[in-house]
Amino acid sequence: MRTVRSLVLISVLLAGCRSASAPAAPVHPVEFIENRGSDTLVNLALAWAELYQQEQPEVRISVSGGGSGVGLTALINGTVDIANASRQIKPEEAEQAQAHGIHPTEFVVARDAIAVIVHPANPIGRMTLQQLSDIYSGQIKNWSEVGGEDRPIVRLSRETNSGTHVYFLETVVRLGQSGNHTLFSTDTLLLPSSEGIVSEVRQNPNAIGYDGLGYVPADLKVIAVSRGEGEAYVLPSAATVNDRSYPIARDLYMYTAGEPTGVVNAYLEWILGQEAQQVVRKLGFVPILTGAQP
Amino acid sequence: MNGAAATPTAKGQPARPRPRRDWGEAIITRLIQLSGYSAVVFVGLIFFFLVREGLPALVDVPFRDLFGTRWYPIEGYFGVVPLLTGSLVVTVGAMAIAVPFGIGTAMFISEIAPRWAREVLKPLVELLGGLPSVVLGFLGILVLSPYLRQILDLPTGLTALAGSLLLGGIAVPTIVSIAEDALDAVPRSYRDAALALGATPWQTMWGVTLPAARSGVLTAVLLGMGRAVGETMAVMMVTGNAPVLAVRLASIVSPVRTMTATIAAEMGEVASGSPHYHVLFFIGMLLFVISLLVNVIASAVVFRQRSRAERVLS
Repeated sequence: MRTVRSLVLISVLLAGCRSASAPAAPVHPVEFIENRGSDTLVNLALAWAELYQQEQPEVRISVSGGGSGVGLTALINGTVDIANASRQIKPEEAEQAQAHGIHPTEFVVARDAIAVIVHPANPIGRMTLQQLSDIYSGQIKNWSEVGGEDRPIVRLSRETNSGTHVYFLETVVRLGQSGNHTLFSTDTLLLPSSEGIVSEVRQNPNAIGYDGLGYVPADLKVIAVSRGEGEAYVLPSAATVNDRSYPIARDLYMYTAGEPTGVVNAYLEWILGQEAQQVVRKLGFVPILTGAQP
Repeated sequence: MNGAAATPTAKGQPARPRPRRDWGEAIITRLIQLSGYSAVVFVGLIFFFLVREGLPALVDVPFRDLFGTRWYPIEGYFGVVPLLTGSLVVTVGAMAIAVPFGIGTAMFISEIAPRWAREVLKPLVELLGGLPSVVLGFLGILVLSPYLRQILDLPTGLTALAGSLLLGGIAVPTIVSIAEDALDAVPRSYRDAALALGATPWQTMWGVTLPAARSGVLTAVLLGMGRAVGETMAVMMVTGNAPVLAVRLASIVSPVRTMTATIAAEMGEVASGSPHYHVLFFIGMLLFVISLLVNVIASAVVFRQRSRAERVLS
């Protein structure tokens, strides 16, 4: 197995050499990578694929979304090389994969954190997950109930089709409990873009909003969040996301069938490297390498 | 066609180019006919498509849920009533602003303004109509909604009222342009007669010119309303898109979610063939039926009034 793998690696390396010496004549066979899954990851995966194909013209990567479940099912059925997932593989999916003779291998490729933002003049600086949940489900209606001024709370959210919306619903509104069916309060404003949320929070002292950590401008106030009463309140940053102390953050995964080999392995190694992790930061996610942090 | 071709031969003047001109005429007539009918065909096809994609919603979602009061599609809540009321509130508000403003402006341009003002005003109003709604939406987010929040002391400025104001602004140019044409087409003798009978200029305008141009003015209002109901981008940016049931008077100053904004925001990501997809097309169908109803009612009103006027004159 090992010798086969190194042989493949060598041939890949040789192919790379040849393309460097004669880039205009693609005589070597083109390699294909199928990549499908999470809609949260799809833009990042596309950006990676584009950059990688510029550097390695003999590799063709096709990226599509559909959701984490779609990607993992395709991996189990053997129709994709890499599945993107914004959650870990479920035990029943892993069982199914074993039944098909596939051993999914997990790679953490980036991290995703959501920052809760308020108007800079808002005296509130920290909240628990429970308080955030009560605000967004409509049980807390006034800032004075969480120790602020006597103002109505205006809840801002991304549209329901955004991956950020779904993640916020599961982790904050439902506190990560699977049997919890709490919904967003109906008077939550659903804004179609990050820009809409940012501009409303910037001018409205009643507003509370959330967005991907990378999209939050410096002039807004970011709330420190704690997992519960009496636990530490943590501000989101690349460091607190990477040491897992900030509660509204998750890992983003890529799964392969068994240990990756050949071009897939080379691609994954490149993704975990410095250059690809720079792309991660540009798209508003948190890179996994400490060296690539802002 | 045949009659027109037969007349010259009957006179006994067989001219050589005639048959060729008839050919050309026949083709041109057919083309014009075709483009006339094409509108009907396209509307028919669009409606057929909407029905084909939208009716399965009635199978996918129980009727009671479809007309329920909660819209949260990712968890299977498909109540369209909040969206219907949202569109209604925004549109009624927009028309309450645009109709008096639009007709007033049209009357001023057509009846009162001196010639030079008229020649400046009309092109300017039409230029306003050419502004992309996205630009107005940006103005709405950055200027109008903060201003509304402070002036009216609201929790947020992203409300139905902000949407109505923007939509009113979008509908006014359409109404002014068409209503002014209609007022302009009223024969001068009507005004002269009214003035000769001792009516004041205002009485002439209100009692004679405007009623005489009624059908054109009504068309103007309808087209303006059509623009308001169908406008998406500006509304999506400023109304806040919260799917609350807008049935109280205070709903005009609270956030609402319209049907068009819902389709625009959600259609891009929805899985083709899913219940959510069918419900979005069902909403499209509702929009189509609403604009059809408005048009039918309006043309019925115009038709009745015209026939009455004809009876009186004969």
